[in-house]
Amino acid sequence: MGKDKNYFLNEKPEKMTYGGVFRKINDWARARSLWVVAYGTGCGSIELRPTFTSRFDAERLGMRMVGTPRQADVLIISGYLTVKTLKRVIRVYEQMQSPKYVVALGACPINGGMYYDSYNAINRLDLYLPVDVWITGCMPRPEAILAGFKRLQGLIDSGKADGWKKYIENLDWYRENQRKIIKNWRMPNYNW
Amino acid sequence: MMWAKIFYAFLALLGGIAYGLFLGGVSRKITARMQNRRGPTIWQNFIDLWKLFRKKTAISHGVMFYLAPMFRLVGGAGTFLLVPIVVGNPYLSNFSFGGDLIVLMYFMVLGCLGMALGAAESGHPHAPIGVTRGLSQMAGYELPFVISVVVLMIADKTTSIEGIVRAQQGGILHWHIFTHPFAAAAAFISLLGMMGSYPFQVVLAPQEIAIGPPTEYSSTFLSYMFSGRSVFAVAKYLLFMNLFLGGASNLLWAFVKTFVIFLWPLFITNVFPRFRLEQSVLFFWTWPSLFGLIDLVRIYLVR
Repeated sequence: MGKDKNYFLNEKPEKMTYGGVFRKINDWARARSLWVVAYGTGCGSIELRPTFTSRFDAERLGMRMVGTPRQADVLIISGYLTVKTLKRVIRVYEQMQSPKYVVALGACPINGGMYYDSYNAINRLDLYLPVDVWITGCMPRPEAILAGFKRLQGLIDSGKADGWKKYIENLDWYRENQRKIIKNWRMPNYNW
Repeated sequence: MMWAKIFYAFLALLGGIAYGLFLGGVSRKITARMQNRRGPTIWQNFIDLWKLFRKKTAISHGVMFYLAPMFRLVGGAGTFLLVPIVVGNPYLSNFSFGGDLIVLMYFMVLGCLGMALGAAESGHPHAPIGVTRGLSQMAGYELPFVISVVVLMIADKTTSIEGIVRAQQGGILHWHIFTHPFAAAAAFISLLGMMGSYPFQVVLAPQEIAIGPPTEYSSTFLSYMFSGRSVFAVAKYLLFMNLFLGGASNLLWAFVKTFVIFLWPLFITNVFPRFRLEQSVLFFWTWPSLFGLIDLVRIYLVR
């Protein structure tokens, strides 16, 4: 930490209110402009390339990849998550600005999948991060991923994709779970 | 009269931002069609802007970090307000005045400088790399651009955009793109660098340094930069229209000519890979500068 102190907030973020006068328009726009942080955690990220390029063209849904978590709306957990990666994922997720959404691909984030008895892969993702949409399959095809994103758009449109709010409200619980599994917690307490 | 002028300039500014966002959407659509996919709607940039504007922000990096998007927006809007849209029309000539071309060339740098200060304060390692590249790149494309503008100034014996437009009246062959083809070539190549179009895309370089200077910028900051960038692009198209394509006699002509100029960097950007920084700067300092110098010498000899 030390000299990096200025670059992180050192207190818990306030509970953010959602809505206002333009709530409907906001939700409409958020659903149609999903920017995905280009970060692949597991084998599922190989399915994201065809999803975002010419063949399946996710850009027609208004989605695009961005290179930095600060500008992203969606974090895709693409497949199995090791403890080492989980630490980075938490860091990336907390650097994203609200409202933000998490999409989990494949069987592994749900129950561990084929790595259910692995010593270093986590079994249930929603103990550590709030997930808005699950897409099953091993791995899900790009069609399934697009269907999942259509569902996410529907949830945002109707104001039901509020995982980011739950994360802030139950931060202590999430933090406890995260610290239980990440032994060397060498990062700031709050990464906002 | 002054208040009316301010009112119409403000309207023109809003129109300029909207037109810039629309052109951005059109460019995404054309890019998609060139890559054989459907692409987003042409209104996608409006949706993106609204979403960014209404996103929360929880980052604080210091004063300059907050000011930089404002610099960007003011740099874009200021450039736009100094360029007349339709010369001779009191409602559509913004705040252009005699000698405005020199002021304009200073103003075009303002956004980049503000951005450089703000991005450097964000503390992200990619940001200073992007800033260094951006400023070096600027030293590259400014040279041919300034040479070609100086050629036009000498040829028309005026430093006002209005004067340069008036000197091009009387038929298509009086346009500077035909009377000074080498200077026009230099300027249009330097336009590629100004627009950050692909062979010269070393600043944002998405595959290499994330997104360069604005790596740490998010939400509302980004929406200001986004609209500033849009209106800055429109200002540059209008400037090139006035300098080389004979200006516009009404709004429809302004629309058609700026659209044609907008297509030039777009088509180049979709078919080229990327230079490295030193290749890019070296290119600007050789071929386009040489083209500009040819016309500069020619002006002196013919006169």
